[in-house]
Amino acid sequence: MNKWEDNKAWFLVLPVFVIVAFSAILPLMTVVNYSIQDIFGPGERVFVGLEWFEEVLADPRLHEALMRQFLFSGLVLLIEIPLGIGIALLMPKKGWGASLSLVLMALPLLIPWNVIGTIWIVFTRPDIGLFGSFINGIGIPFDHTASPIQAWITLILMEVWHWTPLVVLLAYAGLRAIPEAYFQAAKIDGASAWAVFKYIQLPKMRGVLTIALLLRFMDSFLIYAEPFVLTGGGPGNTTTFLSIYLVKIAVGQFDLGPAAAFSLIYFLIILLLSWLFYQVLQNAGKGDA
Amino acid sequence: MKIKKRTIVLTFYFVLLLLPIYWMLNMSLRTNADILSTFSLYPKDITFANYVKIFTDASWYSGYINSIIYVSINTLISLFTALPAAYAFSRYRFIGDSQMFFWLLTNRMAPAAVFLLPFFQLYSTFGLIDTHIAVALAHCLFNVPLAVWILEGFMSGIPREIDETAYIDGYSFPGFFVMVFMPLIRSGVGVTAFFCFMFSWVELLFARTLTTTAAKPIAATMTRTVSATGLDWGLLSAAGILTIVPGALVIWFVRNHMAKGFAMGRV
Repeated sequence: MNKWEDNKAWFLVLPVFVIVAFSAILPLMTVVNYSIQDIFGPGERVFVGLEWFEEVLADPRLHEALMRQFLFSGLVLLIEIPLGIGIALLMPKKGWGASLSLVLMALPLLIPWNVIGTIWIVFTRPDIGLFGSFINGIGIPFDHTASPIQAWITLILMEVWHWTPLVVLLAYAGLRAIPEAYFQAAKIDGASAWAVFKYIQLPKMRGVLTIALLLRFMDSFLIYAEPFVLTGGGPGNTTTFLSIYLVKIAVGQFDLGPAAAFSLIYFLIILLLSWLFYQVLQNAGKGDA
Repeated sequence: MKIKKRTIVLTFYFVLLLLPIYWMLNMSLRTNADILSTFSLYPKDITFANYVKIFTDASWYSGYINSIIYVSINTLISLFTALPAAYAFSRYRFIGDSQMFFWLLTNRMAPAAVFLLPFFQLYSTFGLIDTHIAVALAHCLFNVPLAVWILEGFMSGIPREIDETAYIDGYSFPGFFVMVFMPLIRSGVGVTAFFCFMFSWVELLFARTLTTTAAKPIAATMTRTVSATGLDWGLLSAAGILTIVPGALVIWFVRNHMAKGFAMGRV
């Protein structure tokens, strides 16, 4: 879309910039500061340059955590995005069915993250949990604290259960914002449901889907509370994702320097990948719409 | 036939979605000893003791009040600052627009663990520790960018001809924005309000770091009580069920804005 050229639009953006910059800029500078110093105590610090970055980048446990993180986020996105779009297409468009669906859909999103993990601990316990005893009941011994595969399945299930509604709500709102005239025109042309999806609904949802994908990518890549509570990173280290490992360094060993360097590398990985996703989705839209 | 298949798939999804929540509800109506000793598909001796405790113990219910206060402040700030900004991004080209737009989102990408300490220092400097406004402001870090991004997506879907026609019809910018434009993007405003509410409601790390007692959020109350009493599942489940209620009310109020969609006849 052609936009109007006007630098006065900055005045409309200024409040947002001020309010975000207030919380963003100083903490980021402080963390950069930590990452290049060795801190012994208040007022006792030595400049160490890039030493922490070199140490962190050479850490094999970080490489493993990073690989797990890629696998986890990849699986989560591959399941949640198509499932979310599918469910949004199935939801009723109006009436009490639409209201009910929206409210039910929102429920998992509203539970604090630490509580999600706690609820799933009970839910998946083989003795007193519904899911655990069901899986045991059909003849599969279930214990996610012993089997890495089952720990992964449980985590992915929990994540899909928790976050697919976010994709659904965004996609649903995107679908509702498409003018009725498009569908009438498609009907007159005798377009199939698939054609309507591919040429009208999908391109028109591009904006909200970009947000859904980026949000799900960032949040799943930063996931901490739910797996920490449910599996504590185990069994062994098999579900130690990046955030869990980072907290181990920052809080467990109180190595502020390496932890800060780790944070910045972590941040840059997310930044780079989000930027790539964003570019790809922007350009995909230009070809289609 | 087609309608029926739709309903079956959707119902199946909702059943799976509600199972863990049902389990939480089930546990919230039982005593802790009962939960730990017997597996039961439904509560046999229903007890409301867990709920009574939450509603009568100030250390519990004040957590809900604190959370509702800072979450509401945050949602209002996020919406009112993001609306004009999103309009600017969707309609105008200006110096640094695309960099600024993406920079906003980068504020959601920082892993919290290490940033908490400087955050605490920053808010102490301004004397804001343990106030509702501190948590509301801190949550703006991830909610304002989200609001701008979602609203921009909806606004870009509205053809620019609508703005031009309205200006020709003699609307001023504020008049046009409130009378013509807002009704067109109300599904977007509804979604945005809900997401701001939701992300602020469930966030724990910032909220816990910036508060001690006077503004302590419910999620933090829940972790503390859990460690003190050695996991009281019944009480925790009751508190969990109650954390869902305010957000469910919010989405109930914005549901029509989400469902109604586009009213082309207005212009």
